[in-house]
Amino acid sequence: MSANIQEEKLIPIQAVITEVREDTPDVKTFTVVAKDGGKMFDHMPGQCAMVTMPGVGEAMFSITSSPTQGDFKQFSIKRCGLLTECLHQLEPGQEIGVRGPYGNPFPVDTEFKGKNLLFIAGGIGLAPLHSVINYVRAHREDYGTIDILYGSRSADDLVDYDEIVNEWQKEDGINVYLTIDRPQEGWDGNVGFVPTYLKELAFSADKTAIICGPPIMIKFVLAALIEMGFDKTQVYTTLELKMKCGIGKCGRCNIGTKYVCKDGPVFRCDQIDELPNEY
Amino acid sequence: MYQISIDNLNTLFEKIAAVRSLYMPVKKNDQVNFHKWEEGTEYCKDELKTVKSAKDLFFPQSENIVAFKKEGKKISVETGELPSEKFVLFGVRACDEKSFEILDKVFLSEPADQFYKARRLNGLVVTTACGAPEESCFCTVFGINPAEPKGDVTTWIADGKLFWQANSEEGKAFTEEIKDVFVDGDDSAVEAQKKQIAEIMEKLPLTGLSLEGWNGDVTMEKFNQPQWAELSEACLGCGTCTFVCPTCQCYDVRDYDTGHGIQRFRCWDSCMYSDFTMMAHGTNRPTQLQRFRQRFMHKLVYFPANNDGEYSCVGCGRCVSKCPISMNIAKVIKAFGGDKK
Repeated sequence: MSANIQEEKLIPIQAVITEVREDTPDVKTFTVVAKDGGKMFDHMPGQCAMVTMPGVGEAMFSITSSPTQGDFKQFSIKRCGLLTECLHQLEPGQEIGVRGPYGNPFPVDTEFKGKNLLFIAGGIGLAPLHSVINYVRAHREDYGTIDILYGSRSADDLVDYDEIVNEWQKEDGINVYLTIDRPQEGWDGNVGFVPTYLKELAFSADKTAIICGPPIMIKFVLAALIEMGFDKTQVYTTLELKMKCGIGKCGRCNIGTKYVCKDGPVFRCDQIDELPNEY
Repeated sequence: MYQISIDNLNTLFEKIAAVRSLYMPVKKNDQVNFHKWEEGTEYCKDELKTVKSAKDLFFPQSENIVAFKKEGKKISVETGELPSEKFVLFGVRACDEKSFEILDKVFLSEPADQFYKARRLNGLVVTTACGAPEESCFCTVFGINPAEPKGDVTTWIADGKLFWQANSEEGKAFTEEIKDVFVDGDDSAVEAQKKQIAEIMEKLPLTGLSLEGWNGDVTMEKFNQPQWAELSEACLGCGTCTFVCPTCQCYDVRDYDTGHGIQRFRCWDSCMYSDFTMMAHGTNRPTQLQRFRQRFMHKLVYFPANNDGEYSCVGCGRCVSKCPISMNIAKVIKAFGGDKK
């Protein structure tokens, strides 16, 4: 047994931003590769990575891209704090630090196989689901029906709007339902909160639901799904707590007997019921 | 069993310091902590509890992890060296020694923390039996024997002598290196001291604590008890308990601009602090009650559930003597009915 600095997980690898896409007034999507242009590491949908800007800090972000899309990783990042404010100033060619992948992915190759999938996302909550959706699209024959319900405050706040409209909506066998909170000029789609629209759409309960969004949305969506006849074992979501290490040691994301960084961030809703209500 | 007269301890220390760095309880600025022994250093052999626990030697209060250089859009990641100082940690008490076993479960579980691992591999632990356990001690509650601490080497100070017993292979090999400072002789004083320590422990006020009901699948049952509100009411959230605790291992990672680049370091942190779980959109534990409960639930329920029933407390009693409002884990255990005395 010996210690080796090369194996130290807290040390990021050098990476470079190759593309910055402005999705909404406060969300940008960054495409990142290893400094040599190659793949930083393998990941599966739902896993996260620590993104570093030296001198500013480091934070955990969901990897928005699917491994089926290529060797790059994408991060859809909402400007809401110190580090994200800094990241939003960055341009292509900028080098950053990245380490990962962390956490457990969605069970795309096990429990999800053969299932009808219902994706429900709110705002920046589309980020982790985006990875799953594109993974499922790439392995379309392995899954049943695909329904995507996505809502945000306004039409301007819909992340990945171009991809949703130009690719997802045009694909056979995928139904996309968009909604915004308040009426807006030029918007002829649905207006209303995600949980309300979900009930109106009255999906049959023969699906596996995957939810991500603000905590309040998750709460009401889950209640609506139960009302619609879903069992909690059919519903998956992700938890988000403060993290510093990503490997279950710094203690921040501990909740009950779980560490969200390594035991999550993906949880089935019946598993969340077994945790203290501190998330 | 080898022995050496207390009057000759400096000979032993010189011998050890000639081949490895030597750390032991030493008084500086009126506080006894583990410091490096040098010629003229006075070993505080009777001090039972250093202010900071011995975890400092394996998991320092602050340590550098990695440095960065930034130039325009370029950054470079400058990986340093792992700690390589070979050292002997001398005079560790049974409780602190046990804390290393608990910290190992966190830092050596895969993926292992390489900084901690390097220090553990470089450090030889020499324990000393607690000749005179104090009122705040309750290590026996956690199955620890203060009369026979573990470690690579165990020592007893009794009858004007220090008795030396090598336990591990490393301890035996090291003993070979320095054995000419020792003499052989009657070690009946050790047995007498063991008996005496057991008698003292029996009489101490906190050694009747019972952990019955804490182990197992009791998260929701304990979490929802009304006792937490009263127990946490006076908590100042100062974090003293976590900083003096030998098993608290939560840490922060931060960047510091040195003027020549960016230094990333990690340092001890405390779940008792309001910003510990603070994210851009808020914190999931906004009240001191929640933070207080988290600390004790982790030590008494979550940690054992994940580590074969091992509690994350060693009964050293530092929190008992250091908390400014006299709240501590012993009172928590009592409040849940766990006192047999």
